[in-house]
Amino acid sequence: MKELINRVESRFTLLNHIEQRPDLLFLSMDAKEVVEVLTYLRDIENYQHLVMISAVDRMEDHMFQLTYLVHNYSDNIDIGIRTNIDRDNPVISSMHHLWPAAQVYQRELHELFGIDFPGSPRQDEPMMLEGWDNIPPMRRDFDTKKYSEETFFPRAGRETYDPRKVMAGKTYPKENEIKHEIKKLVRDQRNK
Amino acid sequence: MMSEEVKESQEKENRDIIETEELTYADYFCSAVPQSVSPKAGKVIQKFYNWAQANSLWVLGFGTGCGSIEIPPLYTARYDVSRYGIFPRPTPRQASVFIISGYASVKTLKRIIRSYEQMQNPKFVMGLGSCTINGGMYFDSYNTINRLDYYLPVDVYIAGCMPRPEALIAGFNKLKELIKEGKAEGANLYAENFEWYKANQKKVIKDWNMPDYNW
Repeated sequence: MKELINRVESRFTLLNHIEQRPDLLFLSMDAKEVVEVLTYLRDIENYQHLVMISAVDRMEDHMFQLTYLVHNYSDNIDIGIRTNIDRDNPVISSMHHLWPAAQVYQRELHELFGIDFPGSPRQDEPMMLEGWDNIPPMRRDFDTKKYSEETFFPRAGRETYDPRKVMAGKTYPKENEIKHEIKKLVRDQRNK
Repeated sequence: MMSEEVKESQEKENRDIIETEELTYADYFCSAVPQSVSPKAGKVIQKFYNWAQANSLWVLGFGTGCGSIEIPPLYTARYDVSRYGIFPRPTPRQASVFIISGYASVKTLKRIIRSYEQMQNPKFVMGLGSCTINGGMYFDSYNTINRLDYYLPVDVYIAGCMPRPEALIAGFNKLKELIKEGKAEGANLYAENFEWYKANQKKVIKDWNMPDYNW
């Protein structure tokens, strides 16, 4: 693991690295170097398998955090390449030429987060959201509950009652009333 | 079921289509709005028809959500639903029962509507699972509908998440009761409130690139 980090560091500018587990390593890179690092890991370090590409919307920092997870079958090690891109102008170079399957992840990220991968095949076609006309739904400023209520005719739920309160009111109405009054008095006293 | 008049007019239509040499896009489907069908036969014969319909339910093999996993055990040895005269069919044109099995995303809803409209009368819809009733655990999802009855006329709901095959059999029995009583009039409901259903469907399906009604 240490040797691998040294080898990567000698070739690329490594911003940060986290050894999460003996078989899981996260490397933080600049967005410009991601494709080069992935090419190096795939062709020279034998990380043949692209596990996934994921995105996290870090709205407070105005950035998207992308993670490219690759796996080495001979050593059973996973490496995650982390990079941050600007949230207002989310563009990162596509890597579908390394793993053709990456285009599916990239289409998904384009649809759900609005991240642009120039040149990625079929990126502008709708994948899950046909005819979507709002901001990408996985962005955190998209209010999914509000959208659902406005669009999908919500059915009003049943009213729920606390059985303890209901039964107290039914079986001991007077005592219950007095109890509530005392509680109210105590609350008022405390608030004063 | 079909009266003489309807049959004649349909045959005429078919002849017209064959006679015209150049077929246009509109000739491949019927774009006429569905009509409400009132029982033409007498009361006793209608009862017989209903009894016969209730005992030959053909289910469309269309799994929409996670509930579709409950359907295979229903047909196979353990719950063998063919005991009750229920059997799967591969195409909507041969089916009479449409089970919406669980959540329906907007993309699936488009296909559901097309399949439903291709089914021939009499046709019935069963909503399986709580997702079809009020959205279930996906009530706040941006991509799944909440209430199925705003888009299709539902005859029977089966509550649960997921309902077991026994619950499905109970639902089928309920549907049979309704058909025998002549109360499962979903297709007529759809025809009568066609505008309302279409408006709801188009509110959700924003890229409506298909004919309004096709079968």
